[in-house]
Amino acid sequence: MTATLSAADWASFFLHYLVLSLLSIGGAITTAPDMHRYLVDEQHWLSDAQFTASVAIAQAAPGPNVLFVALLGWNVGLNAGGLGMAALGLSLAMVGILLPSATLTYLAANWGHRNRELRAVRAFKQGMAPVVIALLVATGWILATGSRYDPVDWPLWLLAGLTALIVWRTRIHLLWLLGAGALAGALGWV
Amino acid sequence: MSSLPPAPAAAPDEPPRPRSLSDLFFSFTWLALQGFGGVLAVVQRELVEKKRWMTREEFVEEWAVAQIMPGPNVVNLSLMIGSRYFGLRGALAALAGMLALPLVVVLALGLVYAQFAGNEQVAGALRGMGAVAAGLIAATGIKLTAALKKHPLGLPACVGLGAATFAGIALLRWPLAWVLLGVGGAACVLTWRRLGAK
Repeated sequence: MTATLSAADWASFFLHYLVLSLLSIGGAITTAPDMHRYLVDEQHWLSDAQFTASVAIAQAAPGPNVLFVALLGWNVGLNAGGLGMAALGLSLAMVGILLPSATLTYLAANWGHRNRELRAVRAFKQGMAPVVIALLVATGWILATGSRYDPVDWPLWLLAGLTALIVWRTRIHLLWLLGAGALAGALGWV
Repeated sequence: MSSLPPAPAAAPDEPPRPRSLSDLFFSFTWLALQGFGGVLAVVQRELVEKKRWMTREEFVEEWAVAQIMPGPNVVNLSLMIGSRYFGLRGALAALAGMLALPLVVVLALGLVYAQFAGNEQVAGALRGMGAVAAGLIAATGIKLTAALKKHPLGLPACVGLGAATFAGIALLRWPLAWVLLGVGGAACVLTWRRLGAK
């Protein structure tokens, strides 16, 4: 598909990501529904298939999942005309989604480190510990079961459970486990 | 970089740390490139268990901040770790390491995606890797529970708070912000009171 973006459109695109950055508590992926609304439904800069593929590719690729934002910007630019535009879209999207949150985190972390003896700072960091640890287990649970509990998925649950057990009890390199998972999937076992 | 004093050889009693900005950059690049379906499990394994740049307890404390601040959590974590050792330049080096090469990989995958999108084996492999990634992140959480042994609230209270969090997020699928505010807020207030009583 093709799209036409004026300089004002690019400015609005950049501004949109600056705002989403501040709202992205729990990760950039939590703002994906709003990105879909803005880019696909409202502005028609991106097709639905391009949006879905961008998220899927970034999930499959190594590295932080926030890179789906880079692909979205890249594809908006491609639709607007060529590689130069794609590079512009990628840069605006990534700087937009990272600059506010990274600045805020940097300042907050430094403030917290300088005041690490304050009772409030210690209470926050130590108090949150059981919550963020349980969040990790919950995230694994959600990733393994998806949005539905369908019994036909039992081999996937078994694979996720076995992986958790192996990582917990052994020091085997994580890439071996990922490779084994890919192989089991390609052979149609899970 | 030339203004940095030469890194002293690590004495046995000195905790290990990144030697230089490029050590930070390449360490984080390597972490990110291993992180299929999430980088956190790899960060914990490499930085806490192998390189020993930080203890489990320190890792959990940094992760709490990275999680509560807006922005991608592992990106936040990487810039916090970088800044701990080399200030702003360290934060930027770690951030660049986490993003630069993976960005190239993602773009390359985007280019070949159309040819493989319909391939059943590729779809199967991705499904299998997704399940492994789910297990990795859950195991990271299970291993970090060891950091709760010295928690001011004591282990039973920590188990209760953790169970409430897990139920809210995984079973009831409540929004993250509610759980962080509700359970997290309660946990912080309880810890604050306990720290004051000592």
